[in-house]
Amino acid sequence: MATTSNSQYYLPEPSHWPLTGSVGLFTLLFGGASLLNGATGTGKLMMAAGIVIFLVMLFGWFGTVVRESNRGLYNDRVDISFRWGMGWFIFSEVMFFSAFFGALFYARMYAVPWLGGIGDKGETHLLWPDFTAAWPLLHVPNPTKFTEPHEAMGAWGIPAMNTLILLTSGATVTWAHWGLKKNNRRQLVIGLLSTIALGALFLGFQAHEYIHAYTEMNLRLTSGVYGSTFFMLTGFHGLHVTIGVIMLSVIFARSAAGDFTPTHHFAFEAVSWYWHFVDVVWLGLFVCVYLL
Amino acid sequence: MSSNISIPVDGHAHHDDHHEHHPRGIARWLFTTNHKDIGTLYLCFSLLMFFVGGAMAMVIRAELYEPGLQFVDPNVYNQMTTMHALVMIFGAVMPAFVGFANWMIPLMIGAPDMALPRLNNWSFWILPFAFSMLLSTFFAVGGAPAGGWTMYPPLILQTGAAFPFLIFAIHLMGISSVMGAINIIATVFNMRAPGMTFMKLPMFVWTWIITAFLLIAAMPVLAGVVTMLLTDKFFGTSFFDAAGGGDPVMFQHVFWFFGHPEVYIMILPAFGIVSQIIPTFARKPLFGYHSMIYATLAIACLSFVVWAHHMFTVGMPLAGELFFMYATVLIAVPTGVKVFNWVATMWRGSLSFETPMLFAVAFIILFSIGGFSGVMLGLAPVDFQYQDTYFVVAHFHYVLVTGAVFAIVAGVYFWLPKWTGHMYDEKLGKLHFWLSMISVNLLFFPQHFLGLAGMPRRIPDYNVQFAGWNQVSSIGGFVFGVSQLIFLYLVIKCIRSGVKATDQVWEGAHGLEWQLASPPPYHTWTEQPVVN
Repeated sequence: MATTSNSQYYLPEPSHWPLTGSVGLFTLLFGGASLLNGATGTGKLMMAAGIVIFLVMLFGWFGTVVRESNRGLYNDRVDISFRWGMGWFIFSEVMFFSAFFGALFYARMYAVPWLGGIGDKGETHLLWPDFTAAWPLLHVPNPTKFTEPHEAMGAWGIPAMNTLILLTSGATVTWAHWGLKKNNRRQLVIGLLSTIALGALFLGFQAHEYIHAYTEMNLRLTSGVYGSTFFMLTGFHGLHVTIGVIMLSVIFARSAAGDFTPTHHFAFEAVSWYWHFVDVVWLGLFVCVYLL
Repeated sequence: MSSNISIPVDGHAHHDDHHEHHPRGIARWLFTTNHKDIGTLYLCFSLLMFFVGGAMAMVIRAELYEPGLQFVDPNVYNQMTTMHALVMIFGAVMPAFVGFANWMIPLMIGAPDMALPRLNNWSFWILPFAFSMLLSTFFAVGGAPAGGWTMYPPLILQTGAAFPFLIFAIHLMGISSVMGAINIIATVFNMRAPGMTFMKLPMFVWTWIITAFLLIAAMPVLAGVVTMLLTDKFFGTSFFDAAGGGDPVMFQHVFWFFGHPEVYIMILPAFGIVSQIIPTFARKPLFGYHSMIYATLAIACLSFVVWAHHMFTVGMPLAGELFFMYATVLIAVPTGVKVFNWVATMWRGSLSFETPMLFAVAFIILFSIGGFSGVMLGLAPVDFQYQDTYFVVAHFHYVLVTGAVFAIVAGVYFWLPKWTGHMYDEKLGKLHFWLSMISVNLLFFPQHFLGLAGMPRRIPDYNVQFAGWNQVSSIGGFVFGVSQLIFLYLVIKCIRSGVKATDQVWEGAHGLEWQLASPPPYHTWTEQPVVN
């Protein structure tokens, strides 16, 4: 691969999309920060504008990439650059999640037991002498400041079903990939549609679970460190599933429109990598957040 | 001017211009996908931030010139220390290294550009927006963040309207760094010329690959931990609030899991630059090239298991104190390998001391001082004495200013003739070096004494017993600050005019980048070079 001449490596012309993306991100986040500071009107307006600019950028930039790809401008070496890029982007996402997993482990293994008087730094028990350490944390040290859930989220209802759903979706996206490699469009499209449907089903179940947690179980973001870690981890995962479903839908639309060849379809692979990553993170969540 | 600068010869001024079809004026810089343009943007942005952060440092040193409160109130003082650190770390040092990477890596490995040129533009063009957001907090209600760049809760949660802007600015910087790092990895792994095997890569490229991995592993963790700060403040989570079962110390753990690799993110590329400069002016190949690579890898791996040495006094189980102490001190071994390799490279070399070499040699000596005080701070029992004193300030300024910044300045002098096609003014360069070298030691060395005598950091006022050395330090600071204006003048002068530089620029320079014209054409290595 590496012996192809440099002149055949596609170098894009100057592009305004990156700058557009920066303006969009800046507008969105500046609006978000203003909103958090109480400037509701300006904040919402800026956020809406930022989202619109960002979406225009996504359509424009990815549209350019799709057109360039369809014109055959990307040789194998460009393809490898994309692979390195996507692979390490997913690794950076893994590290993003690991910050929250780290918080979960630290809270469970150290912070909560210490507050309950157990372990090396158990003297922190002096702060709230009535507090007993337990996980899931149903009784917080200071109940006047944070809400207390009535019960913990079980693993064997919706979460187990969601595990099955995501694992199945990992299989269907692979089946779709086999279809693409055999140039079987029908299998490709059906496989992608099933994956999208399973992803949407997962999100529906999770929304149901969240509503149940908030209305029936009193398990909220404000329910002490158990609620915080629960919603932070599952929430960011849900966000990633949502992004994954959107990406799969784009790939579906492109497949239906006849894009991709059995040998040249990195966009499909990138999205399926991302989908498998979301799947693996869920397994970690199922074990560490729900099961243990 | 010294003997190893070749006399310019004619013929190289008229390289192929027919490739250079790109937008003119401001559009060129806004939309560029060219690694040289983007490298220049990064370096200019870094220089700007260096002066912005430097101005804050001048305020700090002016306030500390005498005991008592003279110029700023304590809250503004704390804003200065906090913003000085954030601007220098994320705005000056890191972008400078990315600028070098952008300019030099494709030239060094025989690549036509960075692997993902549009993404490269985005990595840069997020930064001005991120820093506009960060610096805008000076006009926010309650002023800029003042809780220290480490953002420890619960103090940082008392920040006023600046708080969400701080968090989102850090998110933007993180996105920029991760995308830049991904690009560097894709470039080095995929774009090397035939024959440019990994074990032939210039040391600068090696240190940058390892740095890129550190960035991808560390920056998302920072993004995660500041996100938890944001939800603690605005959405009622209790990650860092013991009342809900969380722990403020947990923030410190997660933050320093990012923070310690970050330290090496700011020094490994400096090692790389120095490893290019020393062999050039010693006219000998780098001593112990392989051991240099393995030492860099060892430092990078160890950097993920030493984070809690930043928090020895915060309350940790004894086993933790011991583990983190031993792991920390272990880093001195691969670092020592590097220092000895540089010294051995100079041993019996035909040395000449142009400005880049002067800064590089100063780097070795002064960075080693910072390394030694680092070993002292790494020892848990003595850290109980030193922590939160000016000794810590002295330590990290030796590794960051006389370490990272000196290497950056050395790199600029080293490659400026290649970038601009002109030799810089060697006399001014030497003047800049000697003024910086003397003043920086006047600035930071007395801070060791102040710290050992017990002067705390992040305080605008102090006991009169510390007055003497603080005055010395402030005078050093002012001279150092003013000296950098010489650098600014020199760089501008070199861009505009100067003696024509040869392709090789330095007599002892070897490598692909020195086979190109000075300045190189807009597009380089459109045909692959072959490395034997």
